[in-house]
Amino acid sequence: MIPLSNYLIVAAILFSLSIAGIFINRKNIIILLMSIELMLLAVNLNFIAFSHYLGDSAGQVFVFFILTVAAAEAAIGLAILIVLFRKRHSINVDDVSDMKG
Amino acid sequence: MIEQISFYVFAGLLIFAASMVITMRNPVHSALFLVMAFFNAAALWLLLEAEFLAITLVLVYVGAVMVLFLFVIMMLDIDVARLRDGFARYLPIAAVVAVIMAIEMILVVGPEHFGLAQFAEPARHASDYSNTKELGNLLYTVYLYPFEIAAAILLVAIVAAIALTMRRRDGTRHQKIEEQIAVKAPDRVRVVKMASESNEAGE
Amino acid sequence: MQNLFLTIALAPLVGSILAGLFGKQIGRTASHWVTISGVAVSCALSFYVMKLFLIDGMASYNESVYTWLVSDGIKFEVGFLVDKLTAIMLVVVTFVSLMVHIYTIGYMKDDPGYQRFFSYIALFTFSMLMLVMANNFMQLFFGWEAVGLVSYLLIGFWYTRDTAIFANLKAFLVNRVGDFGFLLGIAAVLMYTGSLDYATVFAKIPGLTETTMQIFPGVDWSVITVMGILLFVGAMGKSAQVPLHVWLPDSMEGPTPISALIHAATMVTAGIFMVARMSPIYEFTTTALTFILFIGAVTALFMGFLGLIQNDIKRVVAYSTLSQLGYMTVALGASAYSAAIFHLMTHAFFKALLFLGAGAVIIAMHHEQDMRKMGGLRKYMPITYITSLIGSLALIGFPGFAGFFSKDTIIEAVHLSTTLDHATWVHTFAYYAILAGVFITALYSFRMFFLVFHGKERMDDHTREHLHECSAVVTVPLILLAIPSVVAGYFLGDVVFGDYFGDAIMFSESKNVIGMLGEDYHGIVGFIQHGIMGPAFWLALAGLFTAWFIYMKRPDIADTAKQKLGFLHKLLDNKYYMDDLYIKGFAAGGRLLGKGLWKQGDVNVIDGLMVNGSAAVINWFAGVARVVQTGHLYHYAFAMILGLLGLLSWFILGA
Repeated sequence: MIPLSNYLIVAAILFSLSIAGIFINRKNIIILLMSIELMLLAVNLNFIAFSHYLGDSAGQVFVFFILTVAAAEAAIGLAILIVLFRKRHSINVDDVSDMKG
Repeated sequence: MIEQISFYVFAGLLIFAASMVITMRNPVHSALFLVMAFFNAAALWLLLEAEFLAITLVLVYVGAVMVLFLFVIMMLDIDVARLRDGFARYLPIAAVVAVIMAIEMILVVGPEHFGLAQFAEPARHASDYSNTKELGNLLYTVYLYPFEIAAAILLVAIVAAIALTMRRRDGTRHQKIEEQIAVKAPDRVRVVKMASESNEAGE
Repeated sequence: MQNLFLTIALAPLVGSILAGLFGKQIGRTASHWVTISGVAVSCALSFYVMKLFLIDGMASYNESVYTWLVSDGIKFEVGFLVDKLTAIMLVVVTFVSLMVHIYTIGYMKDDPGYQRFFSYIALFTFSMLMLVMANNFMQLFFGWEAVGLVSYLLIGFWYTRDTAIFANLKAFLVNRVGDFGFLLGIAAVLMYTGSLDYATVFAKIPGLTETTMQIFPGVDWSVITVMGILLFVGAMGKSAQVPLHVWLPDSMEGPTPISALIHAATMVTAGIFMVARMSPIYEFTTTALTFILFIGAVTALFMGFLGLIQNDIKRVVAYSTLSQLGYMTVALGASAYSAAIFHLMTHAFFKALLFLGAGAVIIAMHHEQDMRKMGGLRKYMPITYITSLIGSLALIGFPGFAGFFSKDTIIEAVHLSTTLDHATWVHTFAYYAILAGVFITALYSFRMFFLVFHGKERMDDHTREHLHECSAVVTVPLILLAIPSVVAGYFLGDVVFGDYFGDAIMFSESKNVIGMLGEDYHGIVGFIQHGIMGPAFWLALAGLFTAWFIYMKRPDIADTAKQKLGFLHKLLDNKYYMDDLYIKGFAAGGRLLGKGLWKQGDVNVIDGLMVNGSAAVINWFAGVARVVQTGHLYHYAFAMILGLLGLLSWFILGA
């Protein structure tokens, strides 16, 4: 008998950890991307938990689409990362501030 | 009972893996811990009877996306030390923000709102129930158009990733299609006028 | 009938367009032929219209030809009102115009702008005809502005001369002041009667006698008086009445034919015609009439003084025109509309004659206009001498000449008006002003006449050798104009005292000075006998002999007087300082005000504070805001996370 709240709390902790990850790894784009993946994972976990407890498959469909978009996002993000590295020989966020006001 | 033990084990491992992802010094290790987090998440999803998505997560994320991550990390020559700069300095504030946020969220989603009293655990499906078939039914009927759009998004992602990373190296030979099409007959054939030669000299 | 009037108006326009747009292609001779034949057609048809009225007894014609637009029930139309008042104007305008056209062939012979000049004067004729034939205020205003425009173009005809450009700008601006009043007057008419059509407006005027309006809060003005004065302000500009007279003397910068046509015979009388046409309005407002009387009297007397000291032959005639326009205005103010129109007609003939005579002298003198360099021209230019003598005698009102009849009628009418119930000190002043004006008129007219045609020959030898009478195109118009300058006066009994005008001019019983004069009128001979007994004739004679005595017998008196009365001479020489008032006062004041507003209002407040100020504020704010935009990815991420945290806290703590 696992209550819904258990899953939600796990997701919440996971989300908070990824936020902490964005804070402390603020200069490493790769880890930032990984933190975003973790965030999405937390969201997906919530969707699936609600889907299960409410008996509605729509939540799973949502997760399906989120996975699709997240995969695309990861692919493009990494592609940009490669281009960036080719230009700057660095993936340090500090070096990427051309758009500053 | 076995379910509860499984939940706590997998949930514990998931949170452990996640905290490792954000604290590891080496990005390769981070990526590997992320793989572990995905595996545990997939296990939790199995507990929630989302078999198709659990398998997809492992196949797509662990099999494709994470391999891509590792590939990029290893291909790029990353100066880890510099990237870790300020790690300790931001740790306290990160911890404070994360803890506040976790507490706030737990306050919302805690047992008093989402406990068993409010949401009883649904009955288990029979063993011949197919989650994949159920999801497929939905995707190809109700969500047909979003599904098509998702396909398009993936295609765009492929094109975009290739377009971004393709480059021309100097010195390599390429076909220049636009020049081939734009060529005109006078550019290719040169008509030369010359006086006819007399046969006498040659023979 | 409609086609007849259309032809009268449009024939000069066709000539003007042909000469103006295709002048280069058709050449000089063809240009003057098309315009002259256009005007000649108009002139012939005008006489035909006159014959229809006088012999066939035709009723007046009033119909709209074309509806331009209808807005909120108000019709803007082109239409013709042709009655006997219009007919007399048609004859005067087209006849003088035709004479001037012919005369121009000689006067402008060597001018490179020959075709342009003919195009302009034909266009002027068209505009003037539209003005006098209008049956509504819209068309009246169109004609009013069109003649003003052509006048502007013609004053500045020699556009390379600075003085000409100054004069035409001055004429235009001063007329603008008058036209503004005129436009306000039309607006008042439209506002209170809801129509622009003369007949409709005049029918509604009697119902407005009690209506008042408040221009300044707390002061009630009679609507009709306001309309009357505003419309008359337009007439003051166009007919050069004090204080809007300053443009007319300067307009002599234009070629002499247009001085004769526009600035003596026709355009400047448009104001007189307009007031006469509006008699159904003015008869209901004694205040406006008294105002008109005062303005006219001041113009008649004081502009005459200025003629005394001018040395430019054209300017003398110009000031006499101003003075004579003052007489007409006085007649209007005394409700003697028919006398005003009659004087307008006789004046058109003899003043055009005088101008063309002056022009002939100028041609002979090789474009020398200073009278001090003339003298003794009598034996060189006999035709010009005789015709100028006729014109001068007509101008001073010598018995038997046209001016005598019209001017004496005005004087008698004003004299009579001083005895009426509504008479004030203005009427008395006007009477003595115009009596004095008779003496002044005679004095300056014959001063000019003696200086030019008699006495010593003061020109240089070269000019004297080439002195000769002008060609036929110049002298024939002079002769043709000299005839009506004499005989036009004999229509006095029919035009003024008979019921010639009929419904065209309205009199209220209490002001019907002409009707009262008419009771004592017993034919031309009786009028002449009566005139010889009156003071005006003796004043004119006195003026003539004074001129003879000062300028022929004892020329030294003039110089002595100039020295003895230095202050007076200076005042007159500076034209009562009116030009200074306008140029240094209003114009310079306007520039000062404009400069102040530009420097303070525009540069400092609008450009500085508002335009550049708002830009500076945005610049400053952007400078602050750009500090936030570091370009570092994690700063944006932090901002998002902190925002998320804030929203979450608000959700939990607030809800």
